Amino acid sequence: MDEPIRLHRPIPRNDARPKACGREVYAVDRYPNNALLAGALRCGVAAGRIRDIDIRQASAVPGVFRILTASDVPGSNRQGIIHKDMPVLCENIVRYCGDPVALVLAESSESLQQALSRIQIDIEPLPAVCSLEQALASGASLVHDDRPGNLLAHALIQKGDATTAFATCDAVVEGSFSTPVQDHAFLETESGIARMEEDGGLLMEVSTQSPFRDRFEIAHALGLDFQKIRIVAPALGGGFGGKDGATVQCLLALAALHSNGRWVRMHWSREEHFVAGYKRHACRMHYRLGAKADGTLVALDTRLWYDTGAYAHLGAEVMELGMEHAAGPYRIPNTRIEGWCVHTNQPVAGAMRAFGVCQVTFGIESMMDMLAERLKMDPLTLRIRNALCKGDENGAGVRLETSTGIRDCLERIQDHPLWRQRTEWKDAAPRFRRRGVGVVGVWNAAGYGGGVRDAAIAKIELLLDGTFLVHNAVSDMGQGNSCAFFQIAGHILNQDPGRIHVRQPDTRSAYPSGSSSAGRTTYTYGRALIEACERMKARLINRAGLILFLQDDDGLELEPGRVVHKPSGRKVPLKALAGLMQPEERVILSETVAPTCKNVPATATGFFIGFPHVIFAYGAHLVRIEIDERTGEITIVNYLAVTDGGRVLNPTMFEQQVQGGVAQGLGYALMEDLVVRDGRVLTQDFTTYLIPGSLDVPDIVSIAVEDHPEESGPFGMKGIGEVAMNGPLPAVANAVWDACGIRIRQGPITAERVWSEMP
Amino acid sequence: MSRDHQATIRFMLNGEPTECTCPPDMRVIDLLREAMGLTGTKEGCGTGECGACTILLDGIPRLSCLMVAAQLHERRIETVEGIERSAEGRKLVDAFVEHGAVQCGFCTPAMEMTALALLRSRNPLDRKAIRAALSGNLCRCTGYVKIVDAVERAAAEPLS
Repeated sequence: MDEPIRLHRPIPRNDARPKACGREVYAVDRYPNNALLAGALRCGVAAGRIRDIDIRQASAVPGVFRILTASDVPGSNRQGIIHKDMPVLCENIVRYCGDPVALVLAESSESLQQALSRIQIDIEPLPAVCSLEQALASGASLVHDDRPGNLLAHALIQKGDATTAFATCDAVVEGSFSTPVQDHAFLETESGIARMEEDGGLLMEVSTQSPFRDRFEIAHALGLDFQKIRIVAPALGGGFGGKDGATVQCLLALAALHSNGRWVRMHWSREEHFVAGYKRHACRMHYRLGAKADGTLVALDTRLWYDTGAYAHLGAEVMELGMEHAAGPYRIPNTRIEGWCVHTNQPVAGAMRAFGVCQVTFGIESMMDMLAERLKMDPLTLRIRNALCKGDENGAGVRLETSTGIRDCLERIQDHPLWRQRTEWKDAAPRFRRRGVGVVGVWNAAGYGGGVRDAAIAKIELLLDGTFLVHNAVSDMGQGNSCAFFQIAGHILNQDPGRIHVRQPDTRSAYPSGSSSAGRTTYTYGRALIEACERMKARLINRAGLILFLQDDDGLELEPGRVVHKPSGRKVPLKALAGLMQPEERVILSETVAPTCKNVPATATGFFIGFPHVIFAYGAHLVRIEIDERTGEITIVNYLAVTDGGRVLNPTMFEQQVQGGVAQGLGYALMEDLVVRDGRVLTQDFTTYLIPGSLDVPDIVSIAVEDHPEESGPFGMKGIGEVAMNGPLPAVANAVWDACGIRIRQGPITAERVWSEMP
Repeated sequence: MSRDHQATIRFMLNGEPTECTCPPDMRVIDLLREAMGLTGTKEGCGTGECGACTILLDGIPRLSCLMVAAQLHERRIETVEGIERSAEGRKLVDAFVEHGAVQCGFCTPAMEMTALALLRSRNPLDRKAIRAALSGNLCRCTGYVKIVDAVERAAAEPLS
């Protein structure tokens, strides 16, 4: 008998071996027989009015099955998670280069490519606003006629009286910062297959973070009944937020409506992904931060402009989460944080890991170092002195009543040799090299926040062979939530790895549990699963007692593959129990709703949903860099990330999330910059849009602080998928300052930027 | 070249003699994935930049998205589907599983094929050499630390 699965141990992921042997089937691996291929024609201009789409030549290409335009779209022809503003196929106006104007269905990829190149589109260019400055200028042309000033949202957080409080400060620092557009760059581009079933339903297997919500998006856009749409979401080849919301879904569904019942397959090329996929918002920030001479923070004034691109997606929510984090994980009694979410004719910005937060972290963490410099204080001491503690009010005025470990994280950095020995290390820099050390404090909310139902419905089933099946309902894009569920079920049911299976989301057999996002996947579904497993355990013990004619359930224990009556040693195999139980008896459903803020402070105006949050992961990061004086090139020598994620369910998976988040953050810090000029994406591949390779990142060291278990979380955990992303950009910027006195205010921190400012 | 033109191509695939009739200019990645159902080899870019389609051709890592079927003729091909057939391959898979080198898993098969060629080279391996050897294989999930760990451990362990 194998050992039962246990929590809080570095057990191998249940999905690792099938993935390592090439057996895991992703959406892109599905090649149904006789499938048609679908491909969209992107308009290729920043803004314009469609005068004509001529498909005659393209239709004559051998192997072309159908060519669809907006007039073929039933329903509203509008998709979008909250604001339904994004056409499936554009009718008359195009708003960015990736806007789709026609959809080709073809027998082969050759026919598809030929047909796409032979569609003649006649578009009258319209004035475009391709930057925040242009979009906000007076008299700027509007991306959407019904959004004056090109504003999707405008919101304000006010706590205390920042304006007056600045007058009482001994030191005030001020700075402007900007961050680039980042691409998710998951390795599996957007893809899926779909067909109409004989019963009139739509079946889709798709690389998605939000299978249940996809049904509503498709139904709304195409005028279908959402109950007749079935979405299957196999393992994703990465997501990071870029597959939250419809990518291929509505186009694929539209294609399936016109394929005469044949399967349709859609797989975006890397180039199409860069042009038409969702992005991280570029951001402009203006910060003022004031403190007393002893370093006590007093006042913050921040203005933030998020470039949300052509359509809404989750732009307003991204900006709002950024605003909620703009003050950093620090106690600041007086704050004024104003945000504008601005439409431009740029690619659509939406959800991405650390959703609006990594932008403001660059701002506030740069300001903290600038303030420390002004006060002649050690930057780590300044952070520790102001670190939020349980019971404090954060910058948005929310009193923290949950796990709050930022101070411990910062103190771990203070005790670490990489910090303590920094002076000697810097002094030992070789000729033509300068060394610097940067530190930052980071935090990131978990969950959807106020005003949105953050809920899950877990389902566990005893199969006829006596093993268990967890019906996961929250996509696993690689973060490992399905392994967390595997561990939770195994731990509670006391079963070994061979007896716990996890099925990836299928809207027919699992139940709505929200999206795979917001550091909520393991937390929310896990809460529901604990209850389901406890009830399953109780039921199996009860049924075993029934079979053994026991007076009560005393002395019965669940063991791998059986229930044992400890006093007598009598056993009932789970297979036998399963055979005696009715199908409905073998299934347990359990639901949960995540806790919300009971005392919402009256600090925020202009927020629609998502304010405030009550649970945060925290961290403190240290980076050691070396700069080549002759080229400005930065080498990341050491990286240390200390993270408070409550209790750790699986130390290996915890490190995976931290190391992966830091690596993605180092890409953001050093090289990633999606460039769009005159409505054309200039970085359409991995030679122009660079992401870190194995030689670009060091052996990232992760330390978990487990002294602050989150009482509402499964076995004390809280989500840490996003928090690590926030550290690298400001940490590297602070290290550059430490190395050579240059304050970098614009990301990414390229060699050119450093070199051109080198004194 | 016309898609109507078909050629018969013979090669060793994961130790098995294999013959297939296909357009000689068909991309190898399409031949493997679509025609032969071997979807363990992934396509991440189609332009030779991400490394996700790496296979071994006569033991040397090659990008299957940049090769055409004719180039396989009379060569020895290895894909992830055959990785467990050799002791070195099994050791590598075990190391990837045990040391947490797998997250979304999309880069994993190709990462392993590159690492397999490295292990067979029997050159002394430190972390720097492993990083250099894997530098053509992009991963967006792991930050590479655990992948390097896994290859280092596999290289250090004797064959069972």
